[in-house]
Amino acid sequence: MMRFILPLVIFLVLAAFLYVGLGLNPREVPSPLINKPAPAFSLPQLKDPAKQFSPEEMKGKVWLLNVWSSWCVSCREEHPILMSLARQNIVPIYGLDYKDKKEDAETWLRNGGDPYTLSVMDRDGRIGIDYGVYGVPETYVIDKQGVIRYKEIGPVTSQNLSEKILPLVAELQRK
Amino acid sequence: MRKLLILLFCLLPTFSYAGEAKDLAADPVLEKRMIGLAEKLRCLVCQNESLASSHAELAEDLRREVREQMAQGKSDKEIIDYLVARYGDFVLYEPPMKSYTLLLWFGPFALLLIGAGVLVFQLRKRRKTVQESELTPEAQQRAAALLDEEDNK
Repeated sequence: MMRFILPLVIFLVLAAFLYVGLGLNPREVPSPLINKPAPAFSLPQLKDPAKQFSPEEMKGKVWLLNVWSSWCVSCREEHPILMSLARQNIVPIYGLDYKDKKEDAETWLRNGGDPYTLSVMDRDGRIGIDYGVYGVPETYVIDKQGVIRYKEIGPVTSQNLSEKILPLVAELQRK
Repeated sequence: MRKLLILLFCLLPTFSYAGEAKDLAADPVLEKRMIGLAEKLRCLVCQNESLASSHAELAEDLRREVREQMAQGKSDKEIIDYLVARYGDFVLYEPPMKSYTLLLWFGPFALLLIGAGVLVFQLRKRRKTVQESELTPEAQQRAAALLDEEDNK
């Protein structure tokens, strides 16, 4: 009897590991920045480069930092969702225009609409490195104390918005 | 005219020469050190390539960052810490020894030990079951008689 049970158990354990492995997304690397203060920066605003924006100004508010770019294909996918989120006025969305040309970025916002309270320009991607950006688009949920509480790698979808981002935002806003 | 042309073509190789590719970095020693370090780091965009060999834009940016920090006199460890703080242990090709990587580091050895244990256990069990059964004196006599018969033929 044992002769049959043991291989069966080994097979089931292996199958369970492989099954879980199938469901994992190797492109999603957990960020070490979760529950750490959002890295500081001061960058020129896209619409008015004479003005700067810094995350410091957002203390006391829950906000989203969305890393986007006019050359980014998946950004096109999430754009309508960001637009409708912006219309609902639940949480302010700030944009980090990553390694983009000013003209291209402006054209892109003019054509697709601008869901951002404001966007800043990260021309050479240095702030992106500070935030551990490796696949645009990425979205950070930042709490009232300026701590990163969540990072969505890849486009915001109606699913991850309603399942993760919005419940978390609501919870953080109550605090 | 044609001969002149041929003569000119023959002379061509003497004028054409390829210069050696110039080092991209101003400081070749630093560049070598940068590549050495970048080979131990994983590119996050194309995950099976090292930071040194990847052509992804992010990899170029990170190489620039590493180069600059080296020029500022930072040690390899400081630069690795800088990258790990932003991208996590995932950037390291050699994962660090931590509580949650113990299984990764020692799992294979544990499996080897379990395998060896099972093997020893099985071999012992087999020695017990396959022990030669001893012949009774009568049977031995009969065997000897049969063998003699064979010899006498």
